[in-house]
Amino acid sequence: MSEQDTGSVGEVLIKYYDGTERLAKIVDREVPYPDGKLIVSRTDPSGIITHANRAFIEMSGYTREELIGVNHYILRHPDMPAVAFKDLWDTVAQGKKWQGYVKNLRKDGAYYWVKATVIPNIRNGELVGYTSVRRKPSRSKITESEALYVTLR
Amino acid sequence: MTLNLSVSPDFPPTHLSGWFIFNTWLQRQLNTGVHLELYDSFDAQREDIRNGKIDLIYANPYDASMLVRELGFKVLVRPRNRADETVIAARHDDPRSCVEDLGAGINIATTADPDVHTMGMIMLESADLDKTNVSFQECDSYVLVAKALLNGQADAGFFLKDGYDELSELVRHKMKMLVSSQISVVHHTLVAGPRMQEHAELLTERLLGMEEDPKGRDVLKSMGLDGWDVMEDEQTEFMIDLIDTLID
Ligand SMILES: Cc1cc2nc3c(=O)[nH]c(=O)nc-3n(C[C@H](O)[C@H](O)[C@H](O)COP(=O)(O)O)c2cc1C
Repeated sequence: MSEQDTGSVGEVLIKYYDGTERLAKIVDREVPYPDGKLIVSRTDPSGIITHANRAFIEMSGYTREELIGVNHYILRHPDMPAVAFKDLWDTVAQGKKWQGYVKNLRKDGAYYWVKATVIPNIRNGELVGYTSVRRKPSRSKITESEALYVTLR
Repeated sequence: MTLNLSVSPDFPPTHLSGWFIFNTWLQRQLNTGVHLELYDSFDAQREDIRNGKIDLIYANPYDASMLVRELGFKVLVRPRNRADETVIAARHDDPRSCVEDLGAGINIATTADPDVHTMGMIMLESADLDKTNVSFQECDSYVLVAKALLNGQADAGFFLKDGYDELSELVRHKMKMLVSSQISVVHHTLVAGPRMQEHAELLTERLLGMEEDPKGRDVLKSMGLDGWDVMEDEQTEFMIDLIDTLID
């Protein structure tokens, strides 16, 4: 758990790129990344979730049914700067691998940090979707990212 | 024409004879000559694969990408309940109890097994460790990795989980796991090359039937396997995509 966590509870209106928005509960409490696990999800080319592994379900707090078919932005935390995701989409659109540190919002309002790698899925030369695999980030990288992301918001 | 069978060098030596038995079984099923070619070195095996010498291989997941995406091999089946998981272990009496307790400058006993090494390095990232601030000692087997730990030459060791579990109880009691991966979708596969494709359908059918047949069951047992599960193309592609995210 991060030392700065206050456990405070609030509500934030999150606006997504597609014009939709939702009032999300935000709790200042970190849920530690589970040791030895990879959190895996896949999306279609537009970012709609098509696959979620057990670790993803456990960490996000949603059921598989709640995740499949919705946009991956369901995990977007308001502390994440939009430029981080712009960089993600620009990179994978070029067919390249993207790597970065992401603070994710759980269904219960708490958060968890990941080191994420996103790659395009190419089948017979065609883009059919994206795979994201997350691993446990180091505390120092989380602190660095927190400091960087405040300046980008 | 004689076909060539090979096995990723990371298989446990206790199952060596099992692969010879499997080779004999294979010749009977296909009614053709099959030669079993074994390697000590991953690189020597990869070179022969690239030169088109291998027709059927029990491949580690790391090599699956090259075989399928570069060389047009096709995954037929996977061994049931045999995911490739990685353990990072330390001496039992070491005060460090989790990966984050490890610091820069440590020495790691590892093997040439690319999967285990890659996953071991990924699990060290949470301690800010990478190849620039740790040193390695490459060992020829997991028994030797354990030895390097126990005699104090290394601070931590990378093991294939199955290799760790097969160490003697005495040795295991002198060690402790700092972390064990739980990925479950990364595993070995049996992969057929271009010359094997004409037999692929028959072979897959026979492989899946092995566990139903007493002789087949004996062969499986000698290889240390429970049975085979079919791998659809998309399952293979998914595994390869996943591994791609793990290698730089
Ligand atoms: C495969 C894949 C995985 C993604 N995973 C996450 C994630 O875990 N958390 C997240 O906030 N955004 C993730 N995104 C990015 C979202 O699609 C979205 O761009 C982001 O949440 C920002 O929302 P916005 O574009 O509506 O501003 C992922 C995208 C892809 C293609």
